[in-house]
Amino acid sequence: MTRITRGFHGRRRPDVDPARVPPGQYVTQDFPVLSAGPTPHGSLDSWSFTIRGQVDQPHTWTWDEFQALPRETVTRDIHCVTKWSKLDTVWTGVSLDTLLEGVETSAEYVTAFSDGGYTTNLPLEDLTGGRAWIAFSYDGEPLHAEHGGPARLLVPHLYFWKSAKWVRGLELQLEDEPGFWEGYGYHNYGDPWREQRYAGD
Amino acid sequence: MNWQPATALELIEQTARTKSIVFDVPGWGRHRAGQHVDVRLTAEDGYQAQRSYSIASAPEDRQIELTVERIDDGEVSPYLADELRPGDEIELRGPIGGYFAWEEAPGTPVFLVGGGSGVVPLRAMLRHHRASASTVPVRLLYSARSLEDVIYRDELTAADRGDVRLTLTRRQPAGWSGYGRRVDRELVAEVCWPAAERPLVYVCGPTGFVEAVAGALVSLGHDAARIRTERFGPTGGETP
Amino acid sequence: MTDSQALDGNAIAGTLAEVFGGDMTTAIGTCGHCGARGPVAEVVVYTRAPGVVVRCRACGGLLMVITQVHDVYCVDALGLVELQAPA
Repeated sequence: MTRITRGFHGRRRPDVDPARVPPGQYVTQDFPVLSAGPTPHGSLDSWSFTIRGQVDQPHTWTWDEFQALPRETVTRDIHCVTKWSKLDTVWTGVSLDTLLEGVETSAEYVTAFSDGGYTTNLPLEDLTGGRAWIAFSYDGEPLHAEHGGPARLLVPHLYFWKSAKWVRGLELQLEDEPGFWEGYGYHNYGDPWREQRYAGD
Repeated sequence: MNWQPATALELIEQTARTKSIVFDVPGWGRHRAGQHVDVRLTAEDGYQAQRSYSIASAPEDRQIELTVERIDDGEVSPYLADELRPGDEIELRGPIGGYFAWEEAPGTPVFLVGGGSGVVPLRAMLRHHRASASTVPVRLLYSARSLEDVIYRDELTAADRGDVRLTLTRRQPAGWSGYGRRVDRELVAEVCWPAAERPLVYVCGPTGFVEAVAGALVSLGHDAARIRTERFGPTGGETP
Repeated sequence: MTDSQALDGNAIAGTLAEVFGGDMTTAIGTCGHCGARGPVAEVVVYTRAPGVVVRCRACGGLLMVITQVHDVYCVDALGLVELQAPA
């Protein structure tokens, strides 16, 4: 039986409405940096975002073209599978609805791919309906490299490993293909409210 | 390797940021100087956090001692350094880590290089060296920000401290005759035995420090296979 | 590769001991991507992640990923072509 350590409570936890905290999560006020490899450092000159795969032709934006697109600032709660949640995080980015506008596809699945080789998979539907962004600003500042800058995928309704840091594009697919963590035993979908952390949950 | 209870016996302030804690661990076997333990804390709501800490005491010392550097936004170190009281119980696992360990044996000189809290496992090695009456030449090069930041200061500045070279990188006291800069290739060349003497080297501290020192040693002709490294991550203290 | 944010194999000595049944820090591994050989203690380790990610110090290639799924350790060591037990 694990013994309780007198007086230990981890980092100071704010009082929050429990209805905002998915099962098994602990709310934190800092923003932990999680990584599976070194932080990529590229230049904005060579940055691009591409939607490719099951499409008539790939759609690519340079950084300047990307910055010219309509942007939104949203406030969302984020939930990491390692059990920390951060509430009311503020992001600015381009909605996937905007990016997917005019993209004709019969694909039902997406693999997001990033600098450094990271991938994660989702149903295409979960990127639509105002639920996903390519975010380039956090808390009013340009997104720091350690948090996925210059731009990351932001899909707050799923565990945060799906919000791929250093994202460079989306591969639209007819078949679902497990991404990095999904291939190592994490849940294929990852709904924090159903506590879908691991495959089979 | 199982988690076992450990009871804090004594707290010793080392520097403003570090504290040593002596633990009673029932059934503790003998560790090797340089090894570490994993420490686990459990909150009432079930939240758990785990960190690794080098063992600061020698195998010959009666009880095991850990030295904790308080990391400002840390999770475990502020508890161990500020909240833990004698009589409190934590869980630990170990000793572990045969690579970064030194055992007295006749052989070539031993060069120890520590940055900040990286000195902790090296201090265990020095204490083991003394307790085993070793005649192997051993030398410590320890980099700290200032004299106030030197952990085990009394021990490492005592008249009978052995061969200890300090470098104080940010502030030196008036009349300081030791080194006063970051450990660079030139300093390593000055302090370490020549490569031809094939010293066994142990380097410990923040990742960047270890990389720089190990790189300098290799560029001076030392055999990489005789350089043992232990990286403490960017902050140099709490290894998650 | 050098990444000042990363740790080395010493940091996961306890986890590896649980997984492999003993101290693995002196075990010699061979990278399947570039052929580099060295002690497990010297690999590049990322522990701040949904699992432990182990990369080759020479080429950055993925050597091992260790996850804990409901108290069961899952180890994928496909990046290692050889792991020689410690002497």
